[in-house]
Amino acid sequence: MKILVCISNVPDTTTKIRFTGENTSFDSSGVQWVINPWDELSLTRALELRDDPASGVKSVTVIHSGPASAEPTIRKALAIGADDAVRIDSPSGDAYSVAAGIAEVVRSEQYDIILCGVESSDYNGSMVGGMLAEFLEIPSVSGISELNVEGGNVTITRETDEGKEIVSVPLPFAGVVQKGIAKEPRIAAMRGIMMARSKQIRIYESGPEESLTGIKSFEKPPARDACKFIDADNPEQLIDLLQNEAKVI
Amino acid sequence: MSVLVYTENQGGRFRKHIFELVSYASETAKMLNSTVTALSTGKVDESELMKLGNYGANRIISVENSLPSGFDNRAYSYVVSEVARKTGATVIILSDNHSGKAIAPGLSVRLKAAVGSGVSRLPVSTEPFVVCKRVFSGNAFAHVVLKTPVRIITLARNSFSCIESAGNPAVERMEIPVDGTLVRTTVREVIPQSGRIQLTDADIVVSGGRGMKAPGNWAPLLELAEGLGAATACSRPVSDEGWRPHEEHAGQTGRIIAPNLYIAVGISGATQHLAGVSSSKYIVAINTDRDAPIFEAAQYGIVGDAMKVLPKLTEAIKKR
Ligand SMILES: Cc1cc2nc3c(=O)[nH]c(=O)nc-3n(C[C@H](O)[C@H](O)[C@H](O)COP(=O)(O)OP(=O)(O)OC[C@H]3O[C@@H](n4cnc5c(N)ncnc54)[C@H](O)[C@@H]3O)c2cc1C
Ligand SMILES: Nc1ncnc2c1ncn2[C@@H]1O[C@H](COP(=O)(O)O)[C@@H](O)[C@H]1O
Repeated sequence: MKILVCISNVPDTTTKIRFTGENTSFDSSGVQWVINPWDELSLTRALELRDDPASGVKSVTVIHSGPASAEPTIRKALAIGADDAVRIDSPSGDAYSVAAGIAEVVRSEQYDIILCGVESSDYNGSMVGGMLAEFLEIPSVSGISELNVEGGNVTITRETDEGKEIVSVPLPFAGVVQKGIAKEPRIAAMRGIMMARSKQIRIYESGPEESLTGIKSFEKPPARDACKFIDADNPEQLIDLLQNEAKVI
Repeated sequence: MSVLVYTENQGGRFRKHIFELVSYASETAKMLNSTVTALSTGKVDESELMKLGNYGANRIISVENSLPSGFDNRAYSYVVSEVARKTGATVIILSDNHSGKAIAPGLSVRLKAAVGSGVSRLPVSTEPFVVCKRVFSGNAFAHVVLKTPVRIITLARNSFSCIESAGNPAVERMEIPVDGTLVRTTVREVIPQSGRIQLTDADIVVSGGRGMKAPGNWAPLLELAEGLGAATACSRPVSDEGWRPHEEHAGQTGRIIAPNLYIAVGISGATQHLAGVSSSKYIVAINTDRDAPIFEAAQYGIVGDAMKVLPKLTEAIKKR
């Protein structure tokens, strides 16, 4: 069995978000790029499964669709332990074009489990995983907080608006994972970093579809009013303000 | 040309955010000089369906029987896409909740329709069709052009209020046969959330961080939550330590919530935490450290020890 982990390349979560060109583009100067946090967790889970002989999972490939400048992030995934890596050489497109490109690769390489994160922490789309399943016409499960594979059988815990469900799906399928899928992201060890240097990132041509969306401009959220402090000895005042000023209780 | 809104029910009833969603659809339809069709799936009584009309639905389509009892992403996408085709929808609106996020991508591929997800206000313009959505985990908004003739919007929670307007609809029953090969998810077990108020649904949330010091200290926080009819949340280290269940973890890697009131107790206000809660209308912070970053995000603050402040607040609530 083979797992494909889709990774998106995002600004480190502590990045100060700034824009240039009169708020028309993201200012990437000085930005540290990292593997999207959910993708780091799904990669971790995929590697745990590969390392467990009972799962039947033999290899983990990571894929990223984007320009060559994203290669350090892909190398990091190799250093953490991925067996193999693919980059689709394309300018950063929207979810539709990214998913169409990944679908092409999956068609020619055949994977049993394809994992995506719930959202990229930059554009917060939440779309690629479900689109990929539809392009490939394979089952799609989202909100995955636990993924177990034993001898080729998949058991999933997914979160819904009502609680949780335990579900099963046939292979191949595309899964959208969220918190819970792995405890802590796996960290690259020295050996992994050395090995990643010599591994090759396989390159595919840009995907077949153009973006259906385009970003026109950005805006920063309005500054909040300065905090009003209430005396710790009379916290009742807070209740009064919440009731009569903010009108939220 | 019409606006289609997917109105999901919970056990045969519509929650408040569905009425907000229909209100949003109705305002969007006005911008387009168009009408609103609400699509309901599964069994819902006629009287409940008619409530959608109070928020501007002009037509209600009920697809009762065709779908499997367990949710399947692609089967639901298919049904919504078929209804969109039959009604000539040019804008399709869903909630940005679990099922909305599960349905929208398949719908997009089926209809080759651009998606604006996590949209937080009415379209900025209709020609070109531009929506405003949350990006960078709430640190900015982007104006996104949806370039296709059919567009999909998922509306962020708590970003739009209910607006009453008589849609005078009639309920139409529709059958959409679903090919069995599309239904591949088998639900083995349903684990409903315990009776508590659901975090993503709650108007008020009381949340505890490492400043609560120990899991045994949570009683005063729970009492305040109970007094306010609030759901409870926590910071990531708190759920990582197992002090509180994982479902409560709020933040970039946990739940992203936007209640009317978020009370952060003993939480420092790290960017990753704020990413999940900064869209709340009001934030209250209770913290011993006057310089904690949470006070920069908060409108009201108390510098003090949680263990002393919480009981007093609960008492004040009871007296109210
Ligand atoms: C990739 C990544 C993702 C992350 N995702 C998340 C996420 O989703 N959610 C999240 O929460 N964190 C997340 N984090 C962790 C985040 O960076 C912070 O470490 C975390 O939010 C801190 O939790 P805290 O505020 O409870 O604890 P601390 O930062 O330790 O703060 C405790 C606060 O309590 C105050 N305090 C102490 N005693 C008292 C008292 N008696 N009464 C009142 N106040 C008191 C202190 O002054 C302090 O401000 C993430 C980190 C990374 C790197
Ligand atoms: N450019 C990309 N290349 C590969 N995978 C991606 C890319 N963008 C998004 N993904 C995957 O899709 C998930 C959801 O991203 P999004 O739909 O952009 O919010 C991410 O967690 C990744 O798993």
